Amino acid sequence: MSEHEHSEHIVPPGIYLAIIITLMVLTTVTVAAAFVNLGRLNIVVALTIATVKATLVVLFFMHAKYSPKRTKLVIMAGIFWLAILLFMTLSDYVSRIDYRGVRFPISQNYSLSHSPRS
Amino acid sequence: MHRTGALYGQFNTLEQQKDTASLGMWIFLVTEVMFFGGIMLAYAINRHTYFHAFAVGSNTLSIQLGTINTGVLLASSFTMAMAVWSAQTGKQKLIPMFLTLTILLGFIFFGVKYVEYAQKFHHHLVPGRNFDITYCVNNPEKCEDIDAKDLNIERNEIEEAMQADPDLNAHAQLYYSAYFGMTGLHALHMVIGAGLLIWLLRGSLAGRFTPEWNTPVDIVGLYWHFVDIVWIYLFPLLYLIDRHK
Repeated sequence: MSEHEHSEHIVPPGIYLAIIITLMVLTTVTVAAAFVNLGRLNIVVALTIATVKATLVVLFFMHAKYSPKRTKLVIMAGIFWLAILLFMTLSDYVSRIDYRGVRFPISQNYSLSHSPRS
Repeated sequence: MHRTGALYGQFNTLEQQKDTASLGMWIFLVTEVMFFGGIMLAYAINRHTYFHAFAVGSNTLSIQLGTINTGVLLASSFTMAMAVWSAQTGKQKLIPMFLTLTILLGFIFFGVKYVEYAQKFHHHLVPGRNFDITYCVNNPEKCEDIDAKDLNIERNEIEEAMQADPDLNAHAQLYYSAYFGMTGLHALHMVIGAGLLIWLLRGSLAGRFTPEWNTPVDIVGLYWHFVDIVWIYLFPLLYLIDRHK
């Protein structure tokens, strides 16, 4: 038993408190940033802040920082597969040209009634 | 069936046994990442293709309610982390207290979600034959919960978007299908999480979790934090992108 108690890492409540305050501050920042016109950068800012928040949750609340290497490997593998899914599919879609020779996204006069089925 | 801190035959130490349990949970969570990842990818592609309709759709969501819910969910993650800490340090009285707080915050989230969904039904923003993205703009007297200034901006936005996308209403339905699909699946995960928390609460009141054995608290904690992470991404994707500038 005593051997077990020594090996488990217990995160002190102070760290949890610091993390939750940071998360709340980041939430305020991301909401404020949404009302500032940054053009295309709005998405980048919003998703970057979300990723910082998610990383804090994974590392501290979910104890990933103190987990064995094996667990870290599973987490990284998961993120890697997700990256493949997102990157490969999106790179296909953003570079696509539709059947009328119009580049996606179609912003002018595009209607569902133009689809070949109707 | 009551499992305690007994060491099963296939493990050398209790630590190894616990690490194995949490590894198993992480593998499950990775499958969940792929599940939600696929849905978010579908959302991203639709948003890319019908960005006028998706921008208009985003602006019909209530950012106040969304922000409140984000705060509530983050706070519930904190109380969950504290419940795990209480179990690890053997603070028997604190475990049920923090679990109750977590459940309570979860239910506040459901309450806000209910208000939000009800608002969408009243505003004719539920996909189906009565879906009408212009409903509030055309019937401001029926949408008194939106202030006139915002409705004016919305009217201009819709008119502008109609120029580029004549089928705005159909494409805005796609946005709302994604909204209800994504937030609905997230809420379903939270209902399951709340059920697990109630089960933990019973165990903690019976004094079942000790510093030597608290695997269920730890594992349910991982699940609850994961659900929080899903919301951390849903919030910017659905509410924040393309706000009125």
